[in-house]
Amino acid sequence: MAKKEYAFYPGCSSQRKASAANLQTSVAAMCKTLDIKLTDIPDWNCCGASIAYAGGSELERVVINARNFTLAAKHLPGQDIVATCAACWLNARESKEKIDGNPQLLAQANEALKEAELHYQGSAPVRHMVEVLIEDFGYDELKKPVVKSLAEIKFAGYVGCQTNRPFGIAGESFENPMYLDRLVESMGGEALTAYDQKVTCCGGALAFSEPDKSQKQIRDVVEAAYDQGADMLVTPCPLCQANVEVYQSEINRKQGTKFHMPIIYYSQLMTVAYGGSVKEAGLDAHIIQPTKLQQIAAKK
Amino acid sequence: MDALRTTGHQAIAAAPLPYRNDFLKEVEAHVEDGEWVKMCMQCGVCAGSCPFGPHWEHPPQEIFMMIRAGKRDDVLTSDAMWMCTSCYNCVVRCPRKLPITQIMHGIASYAQELGLAPKNQPTRDFSIQFWKNCTKTGRVNEMKLTVGLYFKDGLVSGIKQGMSMLPVALGLIKAGRLNPFELFGGHSPKDQKGIAAMLKKARAIEARCAPATH
Ligand code: SF4
Ligand code: SF4
Ligand code: SF4
Ligand code: SF4
Repeated sequence: MAKKEYAFYPGCSSQRKASAANLQTSVAAMCKTLDIKLTDIPDWNCCGASIAYAGGSELERVVINARNFTLAAKHLPGQDIVATCAACWLNARESKEKIDGNPQLLAQANEALKEAELHYQGSAPVRHMVEVLIEDFGYDELKKPVVKSLAEIKFAGYVGCQTNRPFGIAGESFENPMYLDRLVESMGGEALTAYDQKVTCCGGALAFSEPDKSQKQIRDVVEAAYDQGADMLVTPCPLCQANVEVYQSEINRKQGTKFHMPIIYYSQLMTVAYGGSVKEAGLDAHIIQPTKLQQIAAKK
Repeated sequence: MDALRTTGHQAIAAAPLPYRNDFLKEVEAHVEDGEWVKMCMQCGVCAGSCPFGPHWEHPPQEIFMMIRAGKRDDVLTSDAMWMCTSCYNCVVRCPRKLPITQIMHGIASYAQELGLAPKNQPTRDFSIQFWKNCTKTGRVNEMKLTVGLYFKDGLVSGIKQGMSMLPVALGLIKAGRLNPFELFGGHSPKDQKGIAAMLKKARAIEARCAPATH
């Protein structure tokens, strides 16, 4: 029996599995080491993300999230709901606060849910994977399975927005959260704590619709990492990861910069520290190769 | 099913405008979290918090002031709210705890329902596309059709194979002819029918209740 069990809301990350770049792969490997059992919420649906606001109404957006909570409570009773995608987590948690705090909204949501033969009667809380690691395990516990040293690598921790605001991780500040640095240090890596763009927004979904404005944000994020002498950026957010990795070449092309800064997930560096292979850590799916980490992962 | 909202609000655009003299009341009645607007004390903290700051025609603080001053058209036709990246900087800083992000989205989406939102606003188009894609599966995936050759194995390998395609793809996205969300694969729950029925019901409930709450 697994040490800890959670109802898993895969969201974006599982979709990304199809595209081979992988948060999901490394989360699975990391959870295996930590004896965490994640069970997908059966037949889960998309949370709507922040950007859907002009398409879906308030009630529609609450209802699609309530469907997931209801399925989780029905099939995986008592298990906390865990998301790895910042946007999923935020949207789900926001919807849950709304529906739990407003009886009229709850009644309306249930009237709609009835069409899908479901009835929401409350559910376990919606949590971020990082919260689970820090609160249910703690840095000392996370350190125990470490078998490989990451001491040669300098990591700039890029927390981004939605993992950090408005909810964030309990006990951390919004302007300068330290948990990512502490995670890096727990794994034996060098955390560049003076990196000053850790909570800068990359533009989020507007990277698609307002590319120039977003690329200015991304440029700040990458430049500051170079200024600190970083070998790579590390982030908990799938959208941050994609935006910062994908658009560097565009910025180079348009602005003559020579950016080539790898960006990885916390779960990838943890998987490597735990002895996982390049494949298990999903390190074979990058556009900008995190060479130093790949080399350590490849070492026997 | 039409993923766009066609609630009772549409009628407001067509009918003579009963709220013209009190835009604040209108916002309170129709905009998500609109009842918070009157709590703003104009401290200006939020105005300095937006990542796309210089590109906001009116920063959030100003929008709240304009709402109270009854500047209905100036607010609803502005593309300011569409600059919001949902970064929540403002929310964690506002001394009055206004849910500013939600209000920005709420005003933008109200303007969209009324048909007052700027045409070809790229984020507006993206938002609508995103919702459609999120809630409607089983239809033709244009992204895969159009650049299937390059992106058939997904985002990362697609870009590896055809970096030169990226500016083109971005151009298409801006033109609203390509939906980048589909790059991520797209998932389809089994109970499509239930989800569709549930969302249809949600819209019916909102139409029935408008403008009582929001
Ligand atoms: S963030 Fe939410 S909307 Fe985006 S794919 Fe994940 S689940 Fe769907
Ligand atoms: S992708 Fe950008 S906007 Fe989204 S959470 Fe990450 S930093 Fe914030
Ligand atoms: S930070 Fe809050 S109180 Fe200050 S101007 Fe903005 S909304 Fe108003
Ligand atoms: S959430 Fe929107 S309104 Fe608030 S600071 Fe970010 S961009 Fe500005």
